[in-house]
Amino acid sequence: MIFADLIQIGLLAVPALAASVLALLPGYLVTARLNMGAAAVTLTLALLLTVARPVPGLYLLVDDLNIVLIVLTTFVGFTTSAFSASYIAHELEIGRLTPAYLRFYHAMYQVLMFAMNLALLANNIGLMWVAIELATLTTVLMVGIYRTHEALEAAWKYFILGSVGIALALFGTILVYMAARPIMGQGLDAMAWTGLLSAASGFDPALLNLAFVFLLLGYGTKVGLAPLHAWLPDAHAEGPTPISAVLSGLLLNVALYAVLRFKMLLTANAGALAPGPLMVTMGLVSAMFASFMLYRRRDIKRMFAYSSIEHMGIITFAFGMGGPLANFAGLLHMAMHSLTKSAIFFAVGHVSQAKGTQKIADISGLTESHPVLGWGLVLGVVAIAGMPPLGIFMSEFLVVSSSFARQPLLAIILVLALLIGFGALFLRLHGVAFGQPVGKSEPVKASYVPMFAHLGLVAAAGVYLPGVVVAWFRNVAELLGG
Amino acid sequence: MTRGLAFDVSHLLAGGMVLASFMLLYQDRVFSLLRVFALHALVLALSVAWQANVQAAPHLYLTAVIALAFKAIVIPVALHRIVVRLGIHRQLETVVGVGPTIMFGMGLVALSIAVILPVLPDADPLAREDLAFALSVVLLGLLMMISRRNAVSQVIGFMSLENGLVLAATGAKGMPLVVEISVAFSILIAFIVIGIFLFRIRERFDTVDVGAMDSFRGERR
Repeated sequence: MIFADLIQIGLLAVPALAASVLALLPGYLVTARLNMGAAAVTLTLALLLTVARPVPGLYLLVDDLNIVLIVLTTFVGFTTSAFSASYIAHELEIGRLTPAYLRFYHAMYQVLMFAMNLALLANNIGLMWVAIELATLTTVLMVGIYRTHEALEAAWKYFILGSVGIALALFGTILVYMAARPIMGQGLDAMAWTGLLSAASGFDPALLNLAFVFLLLGYGTKVGLAPLHAWLPDAHAEGPTPISAVLSGLLLNVALYAVLRFKMLLTANAGALAPGPLMVTMGLVSAMFASFMLYRRRDIKRMFAYSSIEHMGIITFAFGMGGPLANFAGLLHMAMHSLTKSAIFFAVGHVSQAKGTQKIADISGLTESHPVLGWGLVLGVVAIAGMPPLGIFMSEFLVVSSSFARQPLLAIILVLALLIGFGALFLRLHGVAFGQPVGKSEPVKASYVPMFAHLGLVAAAGVYLPGVVVAWFRNVAELLGG
Repeated sequence: MTRGLAFDVSHLLAGGMVLASFMLLYQDRVFSLLRVFALHALVLALSVAWQANVQAAPHLYLTAVIALAFKAIVIPVALHRIVVRLGIHRQLETVVGVGPTIMFGMGLVALSIAVILPVLPDADPLAREDLAFALSVVLLGLLMMISRRNAVSQVIGFMSLENGLVLAATGAKGMPLVVEISVAFSILIAFIVIGIFLFRIRERFDTVDVGAMDSFRGERR
């Protein structure tokens, strides 16, 4: 048990330690490798945690729900650090990043990993809030790191909208505490997930409802749900690509995880309003809105940012529908989207470096000029658009089929949104990947391993999901309830 | 009798914060805006100290001291110096006129009272009224962030919003210190972020007017 506790602490201590060391170390080669090494150690610890589970404490908690996300987060964190090593080398070469900023970048990367692990591990709603705020501030700094007009504007917008969201979430958190206090007494117990969940049936429903509205709006801003999504495309487009990958693949999930935890509280209280319809509505609106917005994009990173809004909408919709099957589909989609979208951003990062631009109109014929990269991007877009037999097809199919049985009308709207998004993605993909290559094109010195590792997992999951994973997800889906 | 006094004073102080929030809404000069914000933080510090007294929760005095030292003194002084150094102490323009903004603010106060009071009918009135005032301060802070185009005013709006959150957190009886410290801490971090941004924005645009950045939206060519 001590062993398990140590692993749990290690998940936080390793990134924190790495961050302070990286802030001091000069030199590209050493720091990039150290960054990878720290991420690898964190991933190993996360994997060990699946075997040895610590007893929940007052501050930290490991259960079936968060362990899935911890493993996913540390895995994508590790592969992104590998991608980042080759991406950043090029940025240094062309002088977009100075050595001082590189140090800052690597330190911030580890602080972000620390904050996300803390948000997932936290057993205390206040602690979780602090962690998500820390993650927000870190990413704000990272988005502004290039110091161009666009990057500064994006970072400022993200900072303002993100902090408003975070502030609303804190108000909701305070209201949850006030709801819990009459039942659980004062102090730390009234803020621990483990205690809250078992006592939730006795809370004042009206107070809990009000709290959830604030929490959904607050953390929903961080998830990027329409109409609170305005920061997301800018932040993705203007920051370094590894950060776009981590934002889309991980941070949005972490914010959604917070919403899910609070949703469980409301579900456990018979008198409270059903959180499902609110989430279903926000999810559908986001998916539909983002699908239409996909058509008018001229910037390739911005386009995939809108695709992230679409997919977060689908996931929120699935969890809003609730029930074992839809929850299962939502979880699966969360994992598949993380893997696919970060793989796409890896590809897009290399593409924009090779072509020296992010404008879709200036990129064409990638499969001719850079065959491996081009076909990798094609595979990624095919996956994200939901073509069989890849993983996203399976999870989207599950979302749609499980909702068709209960709410056919809503399912039709969702299918419509999916088809519209599908059309937009293929329209753009055609121009980017095929035809005559134009403009400048430099060879790419990049490791394709992270990208193909992700896509390989997504492809494998589409064909065959191991029984262990299915059983695990099913168990979590039961936990999440209706 | 003491019960009545406790209620009246905390009511007065929390109401004072709402009033200070309204005063923030119509300031049209940077320095007076900073002074009113210092007043806002001062009232918050008094209010938190009073809660510490009423609830017999000594750790809340710490929060009060943090609010007083950091938000009523350090931040306004530092922002004052930044403004002087950057030479931007001219008039602030607002997006909407003062009249409509104030009217809208009054609507927000009515809304927060209408939302909070029915939800907590049997809770102690102290916590209930405090929470209604705190929500008003939060919403007024939001309004300020929306109605101003200037980066300094947006930052002040954000900090007044955080003051409202601290008021809410201290009003919730017995809420662990974790949260209060974290709030103060996050403001510290937020301030560093803001400082860096103001500096960078100055470096690039020669103005702290956020409106000047609109033309650099990535989507346009």
